[in-house]
Amino acid sequence: MLEIKNLHATVDGKEILKGINLTINPGEVHAIMGPNGSGKSTLSYVLAGRDGYEVTGGSVTFQGKDLLAMEAEERAAEGVFLAFQYPVEIPGVSNTTFLKTALNAVRKHRGLPELDAMQFLKLIRAKAKSLNMNDDMIKRAVNVGFSGGEKKRNDILQMAMLEPGFAILDETDSGLDIDALKLVADGVNSLRGPERSMLVITHYQRLLSYIVPDHVHVLAYGKIVRSGGKELALELEAKGYAEFGSPEAA
Amino acid sequence: MAATEQTVEQVRAVTEQKYKYGFTTEIESDLAPKGLNEDIVRFISAKKGEPEWLLEWRLQAYRHWLTMEEPTWAMVDFPKIDYQDSHYYSAPKAAKDKPQSLDEVDPELLKTYEKLGIPLKEQAILAGVAGAGDMPAIAVDAVFDSVSVATTFKKKLEEKGIIFCSISEAVREHPELVRKYMGSVVPYSDNYYATLNCAVFTDGSFVYIPKGVRCPMELSTYFRINASNTGQFERTLIIADEGSYVSYLEGCTAPMRDENQLHAAVVELVAMDDATIKYSTVQNWYPGDENGKGGIYNFVTKRGACRGRNSKISWTQVETGSAITWKYPSCILQGDNSVGEFYSVAITNNYQQADTGTKMIHIGKNTRSTIVAKGISAGKAQSTYRGLVRILPKAEGARNHTQCDSLLIGDKCGAHTVPYIESRNRTARVEHEATTAKISEDQLFYCRARGLSQEDAVGLIVNGFCREVLKELPMEFAVEAQKLVAISLEGSVG
Repeated sequence: MLEIKNLHATVDGKEILKGINLTINPGEVHAIMGPNGSGKSTLSYVLAGRDGYEVTGGSVTFQGKDLLAMEAEERAAEGVFLAFQYPVEIPGVSNTTFLKTALNAVRKHRGLPELDAMQFLKLIRAKAKSLNMNDDMIKRAVNVGFSGGEKKRNDILQMAMLEPGFAILDETDSGLDIDALKLVADGVNSLRGPERSMLVITHYQRLLSYIVPDHVHVLAYGKIVRSGGKELALELEAKGYAEFGSPEAA
Repeated sequence: MAATEQTVEQVRAVTEQKYKYGFTTEIESDLAPKGLNEDIVRFISAKKGEPEWLLEWRLQAYRHWLTMEEPTWAMVDFPKIDYQDSHYYSAPKAAKDKPQSLDEVDPELLKTYEKLGIPLKEQAILAGVAGAGDMPAIAVDAVFDSVSVATTFKKKLEEKGIIFCSISEAVREHPELVRKYMGSVVPYSDNYYATLNCAVFTDGSFVYIPKGVRCPMELSTYFRINASNTGQFERTLIIADEGSYVSYLEGCTAPMRDENQLHAAVVELVAMDDATIKYSTVQNWYPGDENGKGGIYNFVTKRGACRGRNSKISWTQVETGSAITWKYPSCILQGDNSVGEFYSVAITNNYQQADTGTKMIHIGKNTRSTIVAKGISAGKAQSTYRGLVRILPKAEGARNHTQCDSLLIGDKCGAHTVPYIESRNRTARVEHEATTAKISEDQLFYCRARGLSQEDAVGLIVNGFCREVLKELPMEFAVEAQKLVAISLEGSVG
């Protein structure tokens, strides 16, 4: 599904990713944990194609295609989804307008017919219901006036609508209380499937009690320094990241 | 860098294609000789078969104009206009005697309006409407260069006593109304461009809604400048008598030409007791090319008088075209409890300049006004909001709220806000809010990460920014306006 080989990337001329190797198979959920400044968010932005994150070496293939050669919107259309650490507000644009435009752009790319207003409304209502979101939320402007938990759930609704093959959840747990976290995790779990892979990025083990990963990796100072099963997360929770060194040592 | 080259290429491709109204119609024209003098004024008046009083009014205006100076206070910059280098009258030859029915309209002209997406065949509109459920029909007056070439649905409107025709026709058929109201809101000595218009105005629309009548359909005028080296001097007059209602929309397009062409219009609105006029503009004159060559100078005086108690005038404008826009649709709130509204979106891209806003003059008691202005600048464009709120001593309890938001795209454009507030009544309440923002990289990336192209993302974000204004447009035009907003900014983000 996704193969990252020796990936190097810089931001503002500073090397942040220093040779990442990672293979994710269909249906697998991988977690990346690591201390602040280890490059977790940089990795998610590089995979999603954000401007300003320059790849200086290595390769990423997604479903056999060269991911790094694509623009951000092409990656989304091919089925890469990034759930944002801080979902962005777009005043005056309703969730339905935003998602309809996005979904139809993606469907067009995938060779599917565009949905008309009625078909779309039916679909979004069904998806919102399955995520326990009310109709009011889909009518409001994108993320404007949403609570932290609502913003994250809104991102999960977008994921449910766009049906990506590979989803990156960037610190989805940040800023959420335990009830909101459970709601978001339930949403994510309902979207797990044999054809959908996920990369869950987090500081804390807590999220991984709800979204149980198949593999856990430790990212420290630009490299994956250790990989293991879900029990690795518990070990990190107990010991912290100290053993993986400090930025100065890297 | 490859990305830069790609952007440049994209911008070129877009700017070359995007103005889809840039075609020219090959049609034989009846043209006045170039230049401006009293003989030209007489020539125009004679062409229109006008009565003596109107010719005298024109000449009075012309003589006054000679004593005036072009205004220089607006934040726009352009080379001096040679007023002798332009034709002041151009009419399609076939339209010399205005056709009595649509079947007699030159097919070349019908084709032009068809290409512009403006239906002039009533049957076709009715057929279309039958399929579209409750959507009301739209009556259209089509003005081509200096003359009105067709007005639809006149008969149907006449049944309710509504007059909707070209101003030339109104001068002939309803001289008492024209004489009473023309110049009563914008006097002939008002300002340089308005005075010039009084001298040489050619055509435009006339609307009269009788007492207690709610106009059953949208009225609209489509202005088209076709001939080269020609100015268009539109004159529109709308009168809403006691307790009446009308919603009117104007659209404007012009061919792509290297020269700058002048459009100096005057629009006057009069609302009597309990009457409401809703006036919407979608202005898409040719804006010039990406290097700032060509484009229309849109120097327009629009003013509405809320003469009666509880009257209301609402201006909504979406200004995306023109090389330069100089325009301040205003309301004189004379009647007690009268209401003035101004909703504006002004988009400037490349080298476009816009200095636009409004004037709200509160005279009567408990008069209220609302101003919502959204300015969007991209490329090397400059956009200025200039607005005056004046509360006169007798305007007890007057209220105004102004909200003025600017959005910048890129780092070579500018947005300016110039509010003038004068209050001479202690009980008045005047509020002014202003914001300036840029489209953030975060917003763009968020949209792109959901599969939207950069262009679609900009279109969506800007439409969201303008939503408060766009929702004021008649429904039939709102969708069109949203598309126009997106198209006007294509290629603006690299």
